[in-house]
Amino acid sequence: MRALLSLLAGALFGAGLLISGMTDTTKVQGWLDVFGAWDPTLAFVMGGAILPMLVAWRLTSGRTPIAGGQFPTKAAPELDRRLILGSVSFGMGWGLAGLCPGPAIASVTYGGFGGVVFLLAMIAGMCAAPALGAQLDRAAKAA
Amino acid sequence: MQTEWVWGLAGGLLIGLGAAVYLLGNGRIMGASGILGGMVDKSERSFERLSFLVGLIAMPLLLRPLLSPTPETNLTGNFTVVIIAGVLVGLGTRIANGCTSGHGVCGISRFSLRGIIATIIYITAGGVTLALMRHIWGLI
Repeated sequence: MRALLSLLAGALFGAGLLISGMTDTTKVQGWLDVFGAWDPTLAFVMGGAILPMLVAWRLTSGRTPIAGGQFPTKAAPELDRRLILGSVSFGMGWGLAGLCPGPAIASVTYGGFGGVVFLLAMIAGMCAAPALGAQLDRAAKAA
Repeated sequence: MQTEWVWGLAGGLLIGLGAAVYLLGNGRIMGASGILGGMVDKSERSFERLSFLVGLIAMPLLLRPLLSPTPETNLTGNFTVVIIAGVLVGLGTRIANGCTSGHGVCGISRFSLRGIIATIIYITAGGVTLALMRHIWGLI
């Protein structure tokens, strides 16, 4: 049951990324490039994606997930250096190549050799993150 | 093309629907970086996550030949840029604990302060990086 729902969610996510144009790096960079030929598509994608989720979050109150378990609790509204520095690093990479994790995974079968290299580099970064994150926490404690 | 925003909106609705299925069905937040990250750093491996990734990869593969014009990624051919960008995205999303899907789609729709702040930061960082690299230094 859980695996089937996951497969469905992944398939919907993949279909949405493909038809919205979000696996096309020129459209994503077009949104970020306010000094170039600015492309507003990403705002429509983001807005469209938020709508069903506004409803979904409302539906979580007083219920439990279909496949059992509990809904995720809301994290404390804490703005730590992990959130800030991590998002800066992510944004820099996103601007450079025009790919974020979802589209990088979704386009791996048709993004050519470069797409595979990006995915592998991203995985390498993900594997290095726990150690670097711990370093940041130590630096935060020392400060 | 003037119809691109319609495709953007339609695709966005599908993305949100996927996130809603994942949340209401499995009680999990659909974050691409968290799902892949947990698998590759072995912090959280599950058949459920693998199944999500299979759907995410298989659907565009099946759907793409039906679309016209055929969607391309148009990724830069500069491999130095590709590798640096990939590492920055992988590191950043795992340290910040979320990307465009987790912090953006799922976080903003929940009015999560962390999600909203993260989204403002990564969009700004992306815009500034692109402005510097493309328009000021002409490197990409």
